[in-house]
Amino acid sequence: MTTKNIMIVGVGGQGSVLASKLLGHLLTSQNYDVKVSEVHGMSQRGGSVVTYVRYGDKVFSPVIDKGEADFIVSFEILETARWLEYLKPEGQIVTSTQQIDPMPVITGAMSYPENLLDKIKALNIKVDALDCVKLAEEAGNVKSVNLVLLGRLSHYFDIPESKWIEAINFCVPKKFLEVNLKAFELGKKA
Amino acid sequence: MKQLMQGNTAAARGLYEAGCCVASSYPGTPSTEITEEIAKFDEVYSEWAPNEKVAMETAFGASLAGKRSFCGMKHVGLNVAADPLFTVSYTGVNAGMVICVADDAGMHSSQNEQDSRHYARASKIPMLEPSDSQEALDFFKLAYDISEKFDTPVIVKMCTRVAHSQSLVEIHERVEAPKKPYEKNIAKYVMMPGNAIKRHPIVEERTRRLKDFAEHTEINKIESGQDNSIGIITSSTSYQYVKEALGDLYPVLKFGMIWPLPDEKIKNFAKSVKRLIIVEELDDFIENYCKALGLEVEGKNLFSLEGELNQNIIREKISGEKISTSKLNEQIPPRPPVMCAGCPHRGLFYTLSKNKCTVLGDIGCYTLGAVAPLSAMEMTLCMGASVSALHGFNKAKGGERVVGVIGDSTFMHSGMTGLANIAYNQSNSIVIILDNSITGMTGHQQNPTTGFNIKGDPAGKINLENLCRAMGFNRVRVVDPYNLEECDKALKEELEANEPSVIISRRPCALLKYVKHNPSLKVNTEKCVGCKSCMKIGCPALSIKNKKAHVDNTLCVGCGVCEQLCKFGAFESEGK
Repeated sequence: MTTKNIMIVGVGGQGSVLASKLLGHLLTSQNYDVKVSEVHGMSQRGGSVVTYVRYGDKVFSPVIDKGEADFIVSFEILETARWLEYLKPEGQIVTSTQQIDPMPVITGAMSYPENLLDKIKALNIKVDALDCVKLAEEAGNVKSVNLVLLGRLSHYFDIPESKWIEAINFCVPKKFLEVNLKAFELGKKA
Repeated sequence: MKQLMQGNTAAARGLYEAGCCVASSYPGTPSTEITEEIAKFDEVYSEWAPNEKVAMETAFGASLAGKRSFCGMKHVGLNVAADPLFTVSYTGVNAGMVICVADDAGMHSSQNEQDSRHYARASKIPMLEPSDSQEALDFFKLAYDISEKFDTPVIVKMCTRVAHSQSLVEIHERVEAPKKPYEKNIAKYVMMPGNAIKRHPIVEERTRRLKDFAEHTEINKIESGQDNSIGIITSSTSYQYVKEALGDLYPVLKFGMIWPLPDEKIKNFAKSVKRLIIVEELDDFIENYCKALGLEVEGKNLFSLEGELNQNIIREKISGEKISTSKLNEQIPPRPPVMCAGCPHRGLFYTLSKNKCTVLGDIGCYTLGAVAPLSAMEMTLCMGASVSALHGFNKAKGGERVVGVIGDSTFMHSGMTGLANIAYNQSNSIVIILDNSITGMTGHQQNPTTGFNIKGDPAGKINLENLCRAMGFNRVRVVDPYNLEECDKALKEELEANEPSVIISRRPCALLKYVKHNPSLKVNTEKCVGCKSCMKIGCPALSIKNKKAHVDNTLCVGCGVCEQLCKFGAFESEGK
């Protein structure tokens, strides 16, 4: 099979590290060759962050470049728009509808663009958007947005739910397990 | 079963399996996790050293004593450790000694984009260059064999994409290294001119033997292709991009050992192809080497000297393929990194900005003090330069409101010597130590001022106030950066004083697990007049919604700095 590409994008501190760890574990358990790549350090301090997950028979490059992503999984609308160029024309976006103002917007130097998701849809791009923050709060912890997103993403994969649950059990610390499993379910059902 | 492992974790695993006994490093992205991971193995003594020079000398001492040793650092760290590096090349080792240097093409978290391969050539030390996690594990093990066989330290060069990418690896058991008893050998280990002059020819002869090794080692491999009209020479992560873009279309010569290079292997490969293309990130290191061999090669005529490569760049430059993408016709505001909500540096930088100080800065999270709206830093060069450059600035142009700011870990790394110069040569300088009680930017490593070692166990603790006083500073004071009035008073008094002084701005990093936060603040919209005074501090938890200040309660940690700026008492605790 040709290599598939998933990009996880968001704002530093939103939980993309756990999401990529979980996907990496899941896809490895399906006997794929897998590479996961992220950047640590300065960009993590509230900056725009991206993680690449690639899987297939044989994966060489650890990164995804423009026009290559089969999926963009996004924690924040502005980040969805920022990384749009990386999506394949037939690719799928799974995004949270959360908006977080970046510093140039906070200082008033720039404004947060309006109706970004409608503008993306107008380009005939497949967008699956949901209020992940609300669902994460419903699950019991606002920080479980990552699991809500993965629940939603699981729709597009031909991998049994039991395997996803297994990966969650493996990657999530015991005391947060219940909330995260619920968040996954809520994202899946949404 | 193979497991998914980050390159740095795999590197640590390789060190462990090879029987490494002593590891000493200074944290630096993207190298930090190697030593953090090694610290999880009880069989290896590990530590954070105050800086890379100390780390390398510690590793050398352990090698001399007969134990396999390791030191790790980022590219600019090797500049700090360059002094021992060049001479440990002459002494050679007793037990194996491995040095890791991690480059950061693309400058994800660095102040420059230097290419550390030049160090291998300049110091005449062999360098290996893994291209994924499995190679990281294998090459670190191989490095010890090379080190002991050729009596040389060995450098393993990582890069961001190898260090911070996860790929599948197979692990093995640890094998204890053969015993190497310490033996007195003045001619080999005392590098005074009379001895060193006899070691230099040994180094040159070693390089000749290593070149022969490079000709035959399987980590310098030729992969055949279907089409010999082009041949590609590459290494490291560039190899992965080449294979991703071109598969097995063209033959590839991949170097696992980047120094010294195998002349015959290169010449034979060149003969087998029509057009020879070098694919390498940053400098034209392999390219120039091939040119010196008299070969006609292409490289930097196609690829940039700056930044990272990827598969699309290879496709475009070699196959002429263009990609199609979707793009919004919209200006997307950038999202630069910012100081976290509750960051103790914020209040201090606000005070410096308010007092119109010229701030010479340093390397750490607090470098973000240069970012709008605080814009309160005007120089950042390298570890420790804030203190030394401040002295030079004040000697050249005294009487200004100029201060230096430096973190606690950076101060221990390279700030103390600059401070000694201020104490000794007496410039009227104010040094502000931003003591957040941890090495922040690299992800919370302990340092000599925190009182804990790499494993989190109690350790020696250097008292900054006593240290500065012992150096001869009469004016040393501590302020709480959450208290703006206290910071302002201290700064004004020190600016007035007519002698060198140190202000220690002390409060632990807001992200530390043991730090207890206050409840989030909220804005009383009836009291808020929308004056935006609170927006001057650039807190990511604050924004303006409907012309009133708004607090994001998922980010706010109740530090209260914004509250002190509000003349209308509009900020209230959510607890009230």
